[in-house]
Amino acid sequence: MSHQKSFQYADLLSVLERVVDIMSAPDQYSYPSVFIYGHRATGKSHVVLSIMKDLELPHASVDCVECVSSGLLFHQVLSAFFGPDAAALLPRCPSLSDFVRLYKQMSSNSPATQTRYIILDRAERMRDMDFSLLPALLRLQELVNDNVTVILLSEIVWEKFRPNTGCFEPLLFHFPDYSKGKSLVQILSWDHHPSYTPELYASYINILLGVFFSVCRDLRELRHLAVLNFSKFCEPLEKGEAKESDIHKLWKNIEPHLQRAMQTVYLREVSSVQWEQQQMDEKEATTLRVLSAHAHIELPYYSKFLLIAAYLASFNPARTDRRFFLKSHGKIRKTNFLKKHEKTSNHLLGPKPFPLDRLMAIFYSVVDSRVAPTASIFSQISSLVTLQLLSQVGHDDQLDSPKYKCSVSLDFILAISRCVCVCVRLLDLLALSLVIQSQVVRQERSLFTAVSNLHLL
Amino acid sequence: QDRCGCVLMMLCDGVCVQAQKLLRERLCHQKLPDQPVGLDSQYKHLLELLRRTAVHGESNSVLIVGPRGSGKTMVRIHEHHFNAAPVAGLLQTDDKIALKEITRQLHLENVVGDKVFGSFAENLAFLLEALKKGDKSSSRPVLFVLDEFDLFAHHKNQTLLYNLLDVSQSAQTPVAVLGLTCRLDVLELLEKRVKSRFSHRQIHLFSSLSFAQYLDVVRAQLSLPPDFPDPKFSDEWNHSVTKLCEDKTVEEILRRNFNGSKDFRSLHSLLFLAVSRVSVSHSTLREADLIEAWRLISVDSKANVLHGLSILELCLIIAMKHLNDTYDGEPFNFQMVHNEFKKFIQRKSHSIHKFEKPVVMKAFEHLLQLELVRPVDSGVCKVQREYQLMRLMLEHGQVMEALQKYPQCPTDVKQWALSAFG
Repeated sequence: MSHQKSFQYADLLSVLERVVDIMSAPDQYSYPSVFIYGHRATGKSHVVLSIMKDLELPHASVDCVECVSSGLLFHQVLSAFFGPDAAALLPRCPSLSDFVRLYKQMSSNSPATQTRYIILDRAERMRDMDFSLLPALLRLQELVNDNVTVILLSEIVWEKFRPNTGCFEPLLFHFPDYSKGKSLVQILSWDHHPSYTPELYASYINILLGVFFSVCRDLRELRHLAVLNFSKFCEPLEKGEAKESDIHKLWKNIEPHLQRAMQTVYLREVSSVQWEQQQMDEKEATTLRVLSAHAHIELPYYSKFLLIAAYLASFNPARTDRRFFLKSHGKIRKTNFLKKHEKTSNHLLGPKPFPLDRLMAIFYSVVDSRVAPTASIFSQISSLVTLQLLSQVGHDDQLDSPKYKCSVSLDFILAISRCVCVCVRLLDLLALSLVIQSQVVRQERSLFTAVSNLHLL
Repeated sequence: QDRCGCVLMMLCDGVCVQAQKLLRERLCHQKLPDQPVGLDSQYKHLLELLRRTAVHGESNSVLIVGPRGSGKTMVRIHEHHFNAAPVAGLLQTDDKIALKEITRQLHLENVVGDKVFGSFAENLAFLLEALKKGDKSSSRPVLFVLDEFDLFAHHKNQTLLYNLLDVSQSAQTPVAVLGLTCRLDVLELLEKRVKSRFSHRQIHLFSSLSFAQYLDVVRAQLSLPPDFPDPKFSDEWNHSVTKLCEDKTVEEILRRNFNGSKDFRSLHSLLFLAVSRVSVSHSTLREADLIEAWRLISVDSKANVLHGLSILELCLIIAMKHLNDTYDGEPFNFQMVHNEFKKFIQRKSHSIHKFEKPVVMKAFEHLLQLELVRPVDSGVCKVQREYQLMRLMLEHGQVMEALQKYPQCPTDVKQWALSAFG
């Protein structure tokens, strides 16, 4: 671990020099508050806690996510500095005033020979606690008249923390992120498997970064992905199909696998256990059951039509209904209104609410057999609302004309239409509604190709 | 000779440490200077008022208004002449807590050790009776110092303020009520009955320092006092400090700091960063230290954050910038951003791979977590995630500047950002 520590220090040398300078004189006063910010997994908490341990400074480390109330924070700080007996003196629901008074008492009994540090990790949660907690902690040194410094660690910049009327401004330090070539590859290479050479692992890391670096730079995510996929990478080596120097062959083997990982494991659509099991399975043809795949949601027959009708109702404006759903209609003229608002199509703005009657009207024109308006049809609408495929707009107690909105995407609707082998006319309706509304040329074209593919079914 | 050198190093070490200690106490611990700088008339006015209460037994109330860091806490120096009860709005967030604190400070009879007995009503009645029993000639005057006065005005019914100001108007124990606040409009926050009992006496602490006086203050803050144990070292140090203050680049830095804010807190943070570099091996303050300290202070934190984003996230930010430019700052949603991004991928890009929509959504959510993008109405979630309206929290200039500094930015992304209409 120590070589890892020393490497990371080398990378953040200038920032670390500053931070260590500030803490280098423990028997003297230090600045009352310090704010350190930087991206995730850049080593903020690790470095600060390591410095505390190495220099053996008295510190209290608190994670603000754990402190649902400020009393928990006070308890942790007092027990870290003065022992659990001191913390037990706090009243049941301690206020900030109690904490400061108790701290003053305790520190006059045992004054600080060295600067005491309070480290608050994930400090952005403190903004949601008591409004006076953050300003008071920033000037704690002055309030308790003791040699104490508060260090705040966060991902979010200081400007978002500042209270309305201002506060004591801390010193700001930025922890830089890792660069691809030098730091990231080297840090990821520390996890290398003992039975393979470090060079092989380094080339594996380079391939992995080639796929994932433009999407994500979080060290933890990349490590997770590296560990999960390494056995697949080494498969040709184990089977004897390739040698360690055949980088190109190994790349061809692993690259489609990594692309699939980006769509499943990276998005947490499948768990890592499921992913590893799938790798052990020789049959590549089995598709993974992902969390948000809608292909395996089984809806009743009429529910599918109801959902398609709801989608059409949400995304087509009401005035085009006549044209689409009546046998005889006139030409629709592009009015001025339509021309002015062409820029923002419905597909960009989101679904619009529609009343129940309109849904039923479209449903009857879409469904391919005669359906009576029984309670079973209407109860399917309520089931769709419970499944959150439709959402109800407006109050629950409007019984005579409830309004709904469709909350599924086009891909889902297309998947459903595929399942019901919907007739050609429906596909035309979908395509036409997109032609009139969307302004993105490419989107229509890709949709036309999708629609024409469905024709082949 | 070698031993001599060692001894010198040890002496230097000890002396350096002492100098650091003194300067750190001055800059970090915010030790109050003996005389306030640049605030003579206000200080005299305040002293006069306090004197009238202490000596002649007149009850007074005054409000000291000044921006953060302008020296309001200096009032504390005079507490020892009075029976003082300092309360702070930050700590005592409720009238009940404030009243308990006052009772504790005044050591009234219902305090045993640290615990105050009785309910809020009983405590209040007790305090008012105790104050009523005294009179001008025989009792010691009481000073109430209310730090963050504006926070007290937010308490329920402003009970504490009403009662304290009421006491200051009636002929009882001489009482001085001192309020410290940074809000100029604090009187608007007071209720009518409270405002009428207040004497409307305000002392404004606006700093009237000129730049030459500011430089003098800098020199004074950095110099070691004449009673420093090693006079040779302190002479050398003071000499180097004087030379430093006359240097052109240092003067430029101090002028920029002065133009930003005249208060001493920002000055202290700048000087502290420079002084913390002083060590045994490097025992005088150099201009490089100050330049480095200024660079650390004046950096744009959002630009630092943008430096660490992935390419996909950067492309999303550029797409949002284009949307802002085209639609004049109107809020957008994820669908629109994804649309712009797709237009870029299909028409102009060679190096960016075509990512699936969920992957782009994950990148967008990362930007949400960093608070570079914020939803317009932060609570309501009735709309689907992709259609929720958002705003970009970055300016056009910040985005362009960050692009210049971005490591290995592909040229087509840069071209896209620079093009006028996306």
